[in-house]
Amino acid sequence: MPSTTELTPAGQNAATSLLRFATAGSVDDGKSTLVGRLLHDSKSVLTDQLEAVEHASRKRGQQAPDLALLTDGLRAEREQGITIDVAYRYFATAKRRFILADTPGHVQYTRNMVTGASTAELAVVLVDARNGVVEQTRRHAAVAALLRVPHVVLAVNKMDLVDYAEPVFAAIAAEFTAYAASLGIGDIVAVPISALAGDNVVEPSAHMDWYGGPTLLEHLETVRTGTDPSTDPARFPVQYVIRPQSEEHHDYRGYAGQLASGVLRTGDTVTVLPSGHTTTVAGIDVLGEQRDIAWAPQSITVRLTDDLDISRGDLITAGPTPRPTKDVEATVCHLHERPLRAGDKVLLKHTTRTVRALVKEISYRIDIDTLEQRGETQELKVNDIGHVLLRTAEPLALDPYADNRLTGSFLLIDPADGSTLTAVMAGESFTRATAEGAPAAEEEWV
Amino acid sequence: MTTATQRLLDTAKNPFALSHLDVLEAESVHIFREVAGEFERPVILFSGGKDSIVMLHLALKAFAPAPVPFSLLHVDTGHNFPEVIAYRDRVVAEHGLRLHVASVQRFIDEGRLRERPDGTRNPLQTVPLLDAIETGRFDAVFGGGRRDEEKARAKERVFSLRDEFGAWDPRRQRPELWSLYNGRHAVGEHVRVFPLSNWTELDVWQYIERESIDLPEIYYAHERDVFARDGMWLTAGDWGGPKEGETVQRRLIRYRTVGDMSCTGAVDSDAATIDQVITEIAASRLTERGATRADDKLSEAAMEDRKREGYF
Repeated sequence: MPSTTELTPAGQNAATSLLRFATAGSVDDGKSTLVGRLLHDSKSVLTDQLEAVEHASRKRGQQAPDLALLTDGLRAEREQGITIDVAYRYFATAKRRFILADTPGHVQYTRNMVTGASTAELAVVLVDARNGVVEQTRRHAAVAALLRVPHVVLAVNKMDLVDYAEPVFAAIAAEFTAYAASLGIGDIVAVPISALAGDNVVEPSAHMDWYGGPTLLEHLETVRTGTDPSTDPARFPVQYVIRPQSEEHHDYRGYAGQLASGVLRTGDTVTVLPSGHTTTVAGIDVLGEQRDIAWAPQSITVRLTDDLDISRGDLITAGPTPRPTKDVEATVCHLHERPLRAGDKVLLKHTTRTVRALVKEISYRIDIDTLEQRGETQELKVNDIGHVLLRTAEPLALDPYADNRLTGSFLLIDPADGSTLTAVMAGESFTRATAEGAPAAEEEWV
Repeated sequence: MTTATQRLLDTAKNPFALSHLDVLEAESVHIFREVAGEFERPVILFSGGKDSIVMLHLALKAFAPAPVPFSLLHVDTGHNFPEVIAYRDRVVAEHGLRLHVASVQRFIDEGRLRERPDGTRNPLQTVPLLDAIETGRFDAVFGGGRRDEEKARAKERVFSLRDEFGAWDPRRQRPELWSLYNGRHAVGEHVRVFPLSNWTELDVWQYIERESIDLPEIYYAHERDVFARDGMWLTAGDWGGPKEGETVQRRLIRYRTVGDMSCTGAVDSDAATIDQVITEIAASRLTERGATRADDKLSEAAMEDRKREGYF
């Protein structure tokens, strides 16, 4: 067993990397305890916060501090003992800084996990060692696969209640790994833990010397994050046109945005969508400094050699370029209590572009537990996952979500009151669906 | 999983690796530009505190070489630290910014607000703030709030819709996915925008160091006349302290947060440089609010309750 991960209160080294991850699990699986343990043992809970929790726990007549109170921030949550919504937690070690999307595990589950997983590079799926892989576990894995979270950790919790027995862990890990792999999740690591006793969360367990892998925190600290931008085609949604029109910068015209993927260099040939014009990168400014190169996810300003008509909502691309289309086929997660119906007229926000769109057809609903497609349906209810056909008023330059999580995703918005209705992923989302079906969907997007 | 086009790299050997500060900076700049692209009349809430100073610094970088396309709004409690007001005016002049001031004192003088018995003016800021938002017809209001500050703030969205009364309803928040922010709002409503949502106190200080950002001097250790109240060192002054039974002492202190003098406490500190401040914060066992804010100690849900009323 390697020595205990060295912890500093907050990781003073400024050059650490950042990992965004999400936790999934119901209250009974001990998720709050796990989150509390991670925060507490990484010394991210400070004395006054702990005192507040102890005070509140005593007021409720509880004997021990209830670590769930650290994460349940709202009045209604504390009063009802439920978690309403995704919350974001921050902690750090000497090696890395973490943003944890803490997604609650009750009825509003799917919507919240989809929200948390949309920005996560890693998902921790928690199971109770006594129960093993259950329906909910498969649902967690399915949502992680749907959102294309690159890494999944199976945390087999409550090992203390099964005598820290290796065969129990091995069987659960094998079953989960097989299922997750069938969904197309490539990187799966299983860790036997006891969040309550602290085994293998931050400190290695003295009870499980049969386990040779990392503690949960060690894995979080060392998992490789990000992708190699040089292998991805460049995607640069134009957010804002910068034109100082000052004496000093009289002719300056820069396109500001955040690179969604890939690398841009001065001299690169780029295509502007949806117009399809081709031009050359004349210069790149990274927040006020001239550079020859920039890569995702940097926020930059690009200057082009030709004076084209480019505005917010356009996409500057290099490499294989998507063909703009008005007909969009996509997998959706419906987020709003108001159902999504065929025939609905909505607003669609894709990168920096908002267009009008029509829900032409709701092809099917996906049973997230079995991944079966449930026939033709007229509406999707809150938390439903389904497949839709949309028609947009203007062409969109979309990548398949499978290729690009930022240029392949968009929101549907209610034009009447501005509510966010639906999260959408362009193309077929489950790798399994693609593998079984035709790869034709792929071609459609090229 | 990942797709064929995605190859994972070892962070240590990745020539394209970005530090967490680079990533946070890029994300905040993205948020500023989204607001510039989507709203008619945004404004930056500027208190002269370190978070709003970092926010302004990010805005300056986001639109360079053009000027920041937003004006500033300061809610002046009337109990401000003179060093902070001097800093504010210096920054406004230096960058050619436009500053709106909403004055708590003016509201008290006009009888539209009443002084609280405890003399704390922090909760009184909400009314002048909402009045300024309404009169200025601001549709997006940037705040320096961070989710690590407080448990109610951990639930706050980056784009937070407020109704025509400026109220926050945590149950009606829009889910936020990917980096897609929904800024739709009706006339009279506005959106509070928090570009530093994902920053921690230490991130802010490390960024201040990296970017060599100038701060009001009260953030660094200095000798000052203070007195003890509710377990905090408050600066003595005309605002209402010390009262009978409270004695003034000269102490070596600094501030971790900057707000109304009546409720912002100093901490004993000899951290006179940014390196020393970072070392001190990294070792501190208290949150910045726990150490220095009286108003958050009023009840378990003090922040949530104030936010519901329109506070940040």
